[in-house]
Amino acid sequence: MIEIKDLHKSYKMGSNSLHVLKGINFTVGEGELVAIMGSSGSGKSTLLNILGMLDELDEGSYTLDGVPIKNLNETKAANYRNKFLGFVFQSFNLINYKSAMENVALPLYYQRVPRKERQEKALKYLEQVGLKEWAEHLPNELSGGQKQRVAIARAMAAEPKVLLADEPTGALDSTTSYEVMDLIQKINDLGNTILIVTHELDIANMCKRIVHLKDGIIIEDKKVKQVRASQYV
Amino acid sequence: MKFIFDRNTWQEIFGSISKNKTRTIITMIGVLWGIFVYIALSGAAQGMDNGFDKVFKTVSMNSMFVWGQSTSKPYDGYKTGREIQLKLGDVTKLQNRIPEIQYIAPRIDMGGFGTDPVYTVRGQKSGTYPVNGDYPVYTKIATKKIFDGGRFINDEDIEQARKVCVIGERNLQELFEKDEDPIGQYIRIGSVYFQVIGVHKLAQGVSFDNDTAIFIPFSTFRKLYNTGDDVGYLCIAAYDDVDVVQVETDVRTLLKTIHRVDPEDERAFGGFNLGEVFKKVSGFAKGLTFLSLIVGIATILAGVIGIGNILLISVKERTKELGVRRALGATPSEVRNQIILESVFLTVLAGIIGIILGAGVLSIINNMTKDIDFPYTNPTVPIPYVLGALAIMVILGTLIGLIPAQRAVSIRPIDALREE
Repeated sequence: MIEIKDLHKSYKMGSNSLHVLKGINFTVGEGELVAIMGSSGSGKSTLLNILGMLDELDEGSYTLDGVPIKNLNETKAANYRNKFLGFVFQSFNLINYKSAMENVALPLYYQRVPRKERQEKALKYLEQVGLKEWAEHLPNELSGGQKQRVAIARAMAAEPKVLLADEPTGALDSTTSYEVMDLIQKINDLGNTILIVTHELDIANMCKRIVHLKDGIIIEDKKVKQVRASQYV
Repeated sequence: MKFIFDRNTWQEIFGSISKNKTRTIITMIGVLWGIFVYIALSGAAQGMDNGFDKVFKTVSMNSMFVWGQSTSKPYDGYKTGREIQLKLGDVTKLQNRIPEIQYIAPRIDMGGFGTDPVYTVRGQKSGTYPVNGDYPVYTKIATKKIFDGGRFINDEDIEQARKVCVIGERNLQELFEKDEDPIGQYIRIGSVYFQVIGVHKLAQGVSFDNDTAIFIPFSTFRKLYNTGDDVGYLCIAAYDDVDVVQVETDVRTLLKTIHRVDPEDERAFGGFNLGEVFKKVSGFAKGLTFLSLIVGIATILAGVIGIGNILLISVKERTKELGVRRALGATPSEVRNQIILESVFLTVLAGIIGIILGAGVLSIINNMTKDIDFPYTNPTVPIPYVLGALAIMVILGTLIGLIPAQRAVSIRPIDALREE
């Protein structure tokens, strides 16, 4: 599903250049649940941004579902993001003046799905994350865990090939974190490919595979026995 | 351009606008106020313009008066201080020599210009009134509204020097009983009985005569007062497309030749140029209209810039939202269109409300000034001006929307999302 070869990325900081990713080779198959771990500054967020086409790579190649991702202009990147990817952010990034349902329906709007159909789909996904009764509520009327569940529903609504989650539990307490992980695991069980960036080991252990990043290179890539989050909920 | 007609686009924009009410209202107030001021001002200026038009409607706007005074320079053997008396013969000469003249009405009067008004009697009632000797052509220069059943002096009255008169509304009130029909009745003017043939209505606005003036045929007047060919003053109307100031110069030059006055002598003839005055007044009204147009457009401009400002701030505020939208697959052009359409939509909506409010205020002013003696009539703004203002607003709204829209697009989604 995802294929990365010899990926390099550096940032210019004034006259200095900061080499963040120093040759990453990495493949993800369909239906995998991968945790990308590493301390801050290890390059894990940069990797995720490149995977999410929010950032451009300097060297190497990136193929997503057989499509080479390179030389994208903003419009093309936007279309690919819309078609291939779902995002879940640490700070939820819900649009605060839109109700939960409207937030979930937003990616569908950019897919030009008609309004009625959009709302039906949004409700379906909200039901899947257990928030159907909260459809008309604004984000500030929801708890952190609920917000993240709405964000996950939004990411799923566009039926992406890959779900990218950047510290999805970073702003949540452990109980809520496990609830969210439980949800992610269930979505993964349905066959969706999911990448999670995290620095919490217990969260990483709930995935099926852990990739360790340190100073811009992969130091460890191992399959783990998945811990089901449901047992903590 | 397809997105403009897409219902989904508008639903999204309407959602964004209606859910940020404070921002929307503040944004709209600028343009609303601008268009309101524009409509109210230019309507008011138009009202004043119309008011002046109405005031001048009763007289020929291209008209002037000229009368004889006394010379201030010796000329051709005549000494200084000679009284100049206009004669009936001057009328024909002027008419023959100056083709720009449309009408000339010679008048002679008692009661104006330092002479005593005439004692007039009917039965037990009496009064002193100015009396004018007139030709029928006078009504071509100064409209005279005659009440039903009456008429003004006609050519036969002149030919036969009939003893007939047209009286004013005040004369009617003072000399006749209420509800009495004056037509055909006789009144004594000085020592001679005249038959009343009409009552003239006092003209609103500019008028040469007041409502006590009595008109009698010129020929009767000269017989009665033994004035011969003497003329008090000449009312001259030029054709509409003629510069009446030039006509006045021509008339004075010709009169100087006829009456053997030094061409340099400015004081031998007195005159009053209504055309010139009218030009000044209408110039003033035009200037006012123009000024209000400028002020109005400037205010609209300020309002639109205000919209741009607030949108720019809101883009900064919405950086994250726009970043999220782009992460979810909004293309840069979709984001740009959304911002521009928000701008245009707000501008037009505010503009329409402003137009309605402005029109409302104009109609209130109109009702209030209806019965006031002030040159103000029917304040309106021509439809093309309104449409023009709307067009300006749409164009400016688009242009000003471009700035925040471009700003929104230039922020990369990753930076937008990172911003906390």
